[in-house]
Amino acid sequence: MSPEPSSSDRLLAVDRLVKRFGGFRALDGVSFALGAGEVLGLVGPNGSGKTTCINTISGLYPPDGGAVRFAGQTLGGLPPHRRARLGINRTFQSPRPFASLTVRQNVALAAAYGRRHGADAGPADIAALLAELELDGLAERRAEDLNSAQQKQLDLARALATRPRLLLVDELAAGLNPAELARMAERLAALAGGGMALLVVEHLLGFLDRLTDRVIVMNAGREIFEGTLSEATRDGEVVRVFLGGEHVG
Amino acid sequence: MRDFLSVGLPVVAIFALLPLVYANQLLLFNFVLFLILAQGLNAIYGFTGYLPFGYVGFFGAGAYGFALAVMHLAAPPALALLLAGLAALVLAMILTPLLRLSGAYFAIANLAAAQAVYQVIANPALQDITKGPYGVSLASVFAPRASYGAALLILAGVLALVAWLRHGRFGLALQAGRDDPVSAAMAGIPVVSSRIIAWLISALIAGLAGGVFAWHISVFYPETAFDLSTSIFAIVFTLFGGAATLSGPIAGVILLYGLYNLIGISVPQYFQLIYGALIVGLVLFLPRGLASLLQRRGVDVP
Repeated sequence: MSPEPSSSDRLLAVDRLVKRFGGFRALDGVSFALGAGEVLGLVGPNGSGKTTCINTISGLYPPDGGAVRFAGQTLGGLPPHRRARLGINRTFQSPRPFASLTVRQNVALAAAYGRRHGADAGPADIAALLAELELDGLAERRAEDLNSAQQKQLDLARALATRPRLLLVDELAAGLNPAELARMAERLAALAGGGMALLVVEHLLGFLDRLTDRVIVMNAGREIFEGTLSEATRDGEVVRVFLGGEHVG
Repeated sequence: MRDFLSVGLPVVAIFALLPLVYANQLLLFNFVLFLILAQGLNAIYGFTGYLPFGYVGFFGAGAYGFALAVMHLAAPPALALLLAGLAALVLAMILTPLLRLSGAYFAIANLAAAQAVYQVIANPALQDITKGPYGVSLASVFAPRASYGAALLILAGVLALVAWLRHGRFGLALQAGRDDPVSAAMAGIPVVSSRIIAWLISALIAGLAGGVFAWHISVFYPETAFDLSTSIFAIVFTLFGGAATLSGPIAGVILLYGLYNLIGISVPQYFQLIYGALIVGLVLFLPRGLASLLQRRGVDVP
């Protein structure tokens, strides 16, 4: 299905995106659009192309077909660091901190390099961001000394330091305890409330349910469903790809 | 700048005063030369993770840049030094595509490139230009004290530069790209172009070192200027002390080059054996250098 005409004025428009690895089509013509302040969930079984989708939007992989438009601009082969400065940022499924630098240096670098020109970050700015993500007590620790939940917070802090307009969240909730999960959901909801667009890849559907009412279900590089999460659980094809054929009906 | 004042300046001051009490100026000069080269290697390896086994290529390019400027342009030493740095810089620009390789492939390709430059310079067919394998003599500009002073100035500049890399925004961005190029790019860091700048800086340092070497020693052959052990020494000294620190490579040069000269004087026949065992031990037990002994205990090594 081609996107509706109005999608061209949305913040992010993904149009029939194709990404191949050898003969394997990891993305096989995915299309969707996302507006400012909106949270869109991306769900699907392992290998369905969710992370590939995020990697292609963030510029890690050049697309083999289709287009990604951001704020009216077709991104083509724009490298990741230029996309970051346009306002696209992300977290990683397993956190990727700058291991030998301190937490504060991690965040300060993103603030210094990742913002649009002229948008400068003061030390107070960075301190506030660290406090918000409960990293202020760890600011002078080397990132490699943090535990994995803290490194996830750091990943998010670093992405936020670039002041993104679009945040791609790749399985941020995995490995967090219930209290941390609730706080993380609140935090992401607050970001969307502030006008940020969020694309959230997540296996924890409860977490996703708290955040968003629109999800896209992917299978084998294609979008098979778009709508609310509760509708998705009643959709025959969605149930089939998640649970196997005999559960349908 | 704090690191430069606490570590860099004292080192320069000591080597400025040592000739007053110690007569073997050539040995002191070699120490200064390796201090420069180890920090130059640190600038590329310590901050980007690229290990250039052909680092001596830039040193040799600098030495011959200096020699050609003196022989053919009758350039004064200061100008010839600048041209030495320029020669290495141009070579580094030509070799920039090597940065697309990584790990051992980069090291080997860089080594091959240095050998290629050596073969060109030592080619007897170029005797009119480079004097080929017969070596150059620069007696007209021979000035051991002035060239020693110039080496100290270069050392001071290089130490200040590495101190800046450790704490300045650009150096931190390089380290971020070394730790994780993907997330560094997402933080807005132009990883490839900053790596290229570090590569050019590192080559420039080796070129200046080569130029001041040519000036100080004044008679040399292609195989001295392109001696592979220059690369190996700079690498081992830097790794032994601890890359990406300012004091690590300094400690590496003082201890290991000191040991090298001690062995060379007392038991030269065992030199290769002792040095080889040392390198094996280093790789096995202390891959991140002496500095890591302190860093593990939470000490911020300057």
